[in-house]
Amino acid sequence: MAKVPVQFTLNGSEKAEFIESGTTLLNALRDKIGDTSPKGGCHQGTCGACSVIIDGELKLSCLTLAETCGGADIKTTAGLAEGGVLHPLQRAFLDAFATQCGFCTPGMIMAAKVLLDRTPNPSREEVVEALSGNICRCTGYEPIIQAVLTAARASSQNAA
Amino acid sequence: MAIRRGRGVAAINYPTGMNLGGDPTQALVHSTPTGNFMVTLSSVDLGQGMKQIMAQICAETIGVPTDRVVVDTADTDTGPHCMGTFASRGTHRAGNAVIQAAKEARQVMLEVAAEELEVNASDLETDGQGNIQVKGAPQKSISIFDVALSAHFKRGRSISGRGMFLIPRSYPEKETGAMKPSTCYAHACTVAEVEVDDETGEVTVLTVKNVFEIGRALNPKMVEQQLVGGSWMGISHALYETTEPYYPNRDHGGTDFNQYLMPGLGDLAETETIVLERPSADGPFGAKGPGEMCANPQIPAVANAVFDAVGVRIDTLPITPERILRALKAQAAG
Ligand code: FES
Ligand code: FES
Repeated sequence: MAKVPVQFTLNGSEKAEFIESGTTLLNALRDKIGDTSPKGGCHQGTCGACSVIIDGELKLSCLTLAETCGGADIKTTAGLAEGGVLHPLQRAFLDAFATQCGFCTPGMIMAAKVLLDRTPNPSREEVVEALSGNICRCTGYEPIIQAVLTAARASSQNAA
Repeated sequence: MAIRRGRGVAAINYPTGMNLGGDPTQALVHSTPTGNFMVTLSSVDLGQGMKQIMAQICAETIGVPTDRVVVDTADTDTGPHCMGTFASRGTHRAGNAVIQAAKEARQVMLEVAAEELEVNASDLETDGQGNIQVKGAPQKSISIFDVALSAHFKRGRSISGRGMFLIPRSYPEKETGAMKPSTCYAHACTVAEVEVDDETGEVTVLTVKNVFEIGRALNPKMVEQQLVGGSWMGISHALYETTEPYYPNRDHGGTDFNQYLMPGLGDLAETETIVLERPSADGPFGAKGPGEMCANPQIPAVANAVFDAVGVRIDTLPITPERILRALKAQAAG
């Protein structure tokens, strides 16, 4: 199959690749570019483990064709830490024991980031709603909800 | 037709480990030339946190900070024997083996320090910060770093220890069949409140209150997380999870993790979890196995709550809307 060129920004740096037409963004990120932070849980759009942020919107990278991402601004969990300092969400997930096997964590953090970018002080219900497309099989979810609420408080304190 | 409320309670005992042909785990501990300690096990950390707990146990026994201990659980070919990670036995069995190995290593460490300080080993103590000092005269001290260097390069000693913990096989008495399946039991009790829609058969779990008696929480945060996740999984066993809903017929089984149901974010019950600590006689620092038992009491508690709500006993898991409706129909038919 013919390869197609695709160019986008990943966590602030320009990427240009030739990919097989029909390659998902998930596979392009993991196998071509080497960003393995998005996880392939189901490859059919139901677990949320592959979630990334494309132009500010939460997207499932397993259902997004890489070739449709030309010129896009893509963010993944791998790009969240700045200068070796963890993002407040990452810090809060660690502190709250919101990660056990860790497979759902990058997707959860992406979903939470989009929520906090829009709603800096969400209610518990808003957190539940925002993460409800993401499946976790380990934690029982409660520590994840608590981590997101903690991160929201930490960010708003820093901003104040 | 109405939404009916019910409350159920259940209590459990849960054995720590099993009694097969005897239930052993072994451990080895040795120091590196710079006075860090290596614990070698073939017990597996499946994500339950065994490495952290074994590091704590080793550090506490030798008298060094936890970050001076490295735990290698990597290789069942080269590590000392372990029966395995199952039956909530890891902390209890491997922990006891690590204590024994660490005690032996500590003794050698104190002997080398005694030679360096020209005192009796029995007069020495650790300060928990990486030093060994004379009891009552802490100015006379030596770092464990220097003790390890001395052992390796000057005195030709191996600061190491062997540990073994064995629950011997218990044979049943011929007449009565009585035996001792386990030496140590954790306990739990759950009260669950549910709403049952007697038109649709749907169950909503409103609150879950758990008390867990786990001996001693060696790492309280990790224990808490195990119990919170476990309580959620107990609800999942009670109401959602099955691979074969019409067993032995294989139809309608989930084909992947999306169809294999568990409670989602929208299904979370308000959950309360209390830990009671009654140190066990033969556990490492009093610990029992909190691993699996924490997902058990919710199941009978929910079944009892459903009975309290709509008066039907569901004795097959999971308690699905279909099973409740069939039971209600049978009840109405008298
Ligand atoms: S891998 Fe994309 S939703 Fe599961
Ligand atoms: S931590 Fe394992 S799936 Fe969420």
